[in-house]
Amino acid sequence: MAPRKAAEAESTGGELVHLPRPADPGPEPGDPRRGDVDEWGRSESFRAMVRRGYDPIYRNWFRAEWEGLENIPAEGGALLVSNHAAALPSDAPVIMHGIETELERPVYGLAEYLFKSMPVVGTLWARGGGVVGHPDNAYRLLHNQKQLVLVFPEGTKGTSKNYRERYQLARFGRGGFVKIAMRAGVPVVPIAVVGAEESMPILFKINALSKLLGVPYFPVTANMVAFGPILGSVLYFPAKFKLRVLPPVTFDVAPDQPRYSRSLVMEQAENIRQIIQEALYDMLRQRESVWFG
Amino acid sequence: MATHRDKRRVLVTGLSTFWGSRVAQALEADPDVDVIIGLDREEPTVRLERTEYVRTDESYSILSRIVKAAQIDTIVHTFLIVDSTKMGSRSMNEINVIGTMNLFAAASAPGSTVRDVVVKSSTLVYGSAVQDPVWFDEDMARSSLPKNRVEQSLVEVEGYVRDFAIDNPHVQVSMLRFSNVIGSDISTPLSRALELPLVPSMFGFDPRFQFVHEDDVIRAIMFVLRDEVPGIFNVAGDGLLPWSEVAAICGKSTFPLPPIGSSLITTPLRRFGVDYPPELIDLLRFGRGVDNRRLKRTGFEYEYTSAGAVAAFAEAVRLRDTVGSSEPEYQYERDVEQFFRHSPAVVRSSD
Repeated sequence: MAPRKAAEAESTGGELVHLPRPADPGPEPGDPRRGDVDEWGRSESFRAMVRRGYDPIYRNWFRAEWEGLENIPAEGGALLVSNHAAALPSDAPVIMHGIETELERPVYGLAEYLFKSMPVVGTLWARGGGVVGHPDNAYRLLHNQKQLVLVFPEGTKGTSKNYRERYQLARFGRGGFVKIAMRAGVPVVPIAVVGAEESMPILFKINALSKLLGVPYFPVTANMVAFGPILGSVLYFPAKFKLRVLPPVTFDVAPDQPRYSRSLVMEQAENIRQIIQEALYDMLRQRESVWFG
Repeated sequence: MATHRDKRRVLVTGLSTFWGSRVAQALEADPDVDVIIGLDREEPTVRLERTEYVRTDESYSILSRIVKAAQIDTIVHTFLIVDSTKMGSRSMNEINVIGTMNLFAAASAPGSTVRDVVVKSSTLVYGSAVQDPVWFDEDMARSSLPKNRVEQSLVEVEGYVRDFAIDNPHVQVSMLRFSNVIGSDISTPLSRALELPLVPSMFGFDPRFQFVHEDDVIRAIMFVLRDEVPGIFNVAGDGLLPWSEVAAICGKSTFPLPPIGSSLITTPLRRFGVDYPPELIDLLRFGRGVDNRRLKRTGFEYEYTSAGAVAAFAEAVRLRDTVGSSEPEYQYERDVEQFFRHSPAVVRSSD
């Protein structure tokens, strides 16, 4: 018995009662912070909870499949740029969840301030990593904090597309995302997403209702027809998600310039749009089934 | 003329206010300050050793005479109302806009000896709107037009300060924009809300707040005076923290008010001594963050972070709840003060 006891004492550092050592030293003594909400409103503990809840949807409903994940830098800032689809965008959660679980790096998603103006939704959106798409926010995230930032340059022009316009990329804004990446000195990583368009396709839009409600568009989706107006506005079709991360695009300009040539910015924005559009066509050529990929 | 740098002759506006009296106390402790003249409509509320109190109206009609007579070289303009619950919008406008206009008119009069001006402004000039960036730096414009009187008046005040700085390039003008001030002594709508049993919040919103400790405010004013750093500076503690966490540090829970029609709720709240001015309603929905790096780059160091300032406030409240206010009541007696300052019978050690 004696040698075993000695070994035990050794393994627990001489304590009589074994106490598990905390891996995390916890907050510093005297730190008055009570939560982990960062300056952008994101909370890692909230994100972890969301990831636990969302993981079955990600794996079993959308069955997301990635290729080219190695194109996302393991460290340093990068601006992730993707095509945007579905009446209630299903691509942003899939992309953020996939990168956060695969690369274990937080992703901040830039979006319109419309989300922030909504009670409850806005708070949850911010805790989950949503940030108002202000150029200064993007610059600080990318340049000062070297984070991954996801942006959909199509904006609501992408999500409000009718079903027959699926996978036809809309205009990439006014190239603001290129300007920010240039200023911050970070690469743009294009991501082509297939599957989101079919997860909640828009049949038509009711403009009078969107004006009345003050929302960018009021869609009538195939999901509403299939599942009824309530369930159909939140329940996605189980379209197979395929995501292809394309090689990073870097710009041959000095960072932190007060302004960049508009023609260069627009040319680069159009170039990135073309890269994603071609990848989409390629992926669609290979896709045999909307539901099984 | 060259000697004015050696010993300062300082004019403080708003001597009876929280900030005016604090600044005067800090100036009295500074041996490089020769003369301190404090202006206000009301008598000082704290004991001051050598500050001369001059009663004026808020339009400072006798100001140019004081500047000339006392050879003032430094003006510390603290008398700007940033808490709109203290008075009606007309008198606030009178104090902020008209007061500042007259102050700078006097300071730029021909033959003026003024060389340094420090203005205590507020980050209220950035407003609080849904489309705001998370951090405002000093060069950013607010994203929406000011809707309430206090923000409108402060924007006008800053316009006068800017005009004065352009018209008087030989004067060093420092304008400090203070974030939400909190601490052991100051009472603001936010601090009063945090002292309620349940802290009001807006339903569904939990914006991030930034705070600056009252001691850091005084230290920042003294810092720009001593180091003579002209320009506009945000003064705010590091970090942003959600309103719910602010309440949690104070040991309180939040009580959500409906985000729409909140005036229906805020009006009865006024009965409990909690006034929710319009600028605070926006703040409780969208919060505000300001970049404090410019002042730090000049060498200023904060003693408190945002969360640290809230924690210090919470401790002060706990002490006050236990032992009550220990501050002795101070009554300004003109004759007594005059005696201590000017009677040959008083032996003054500072000379």
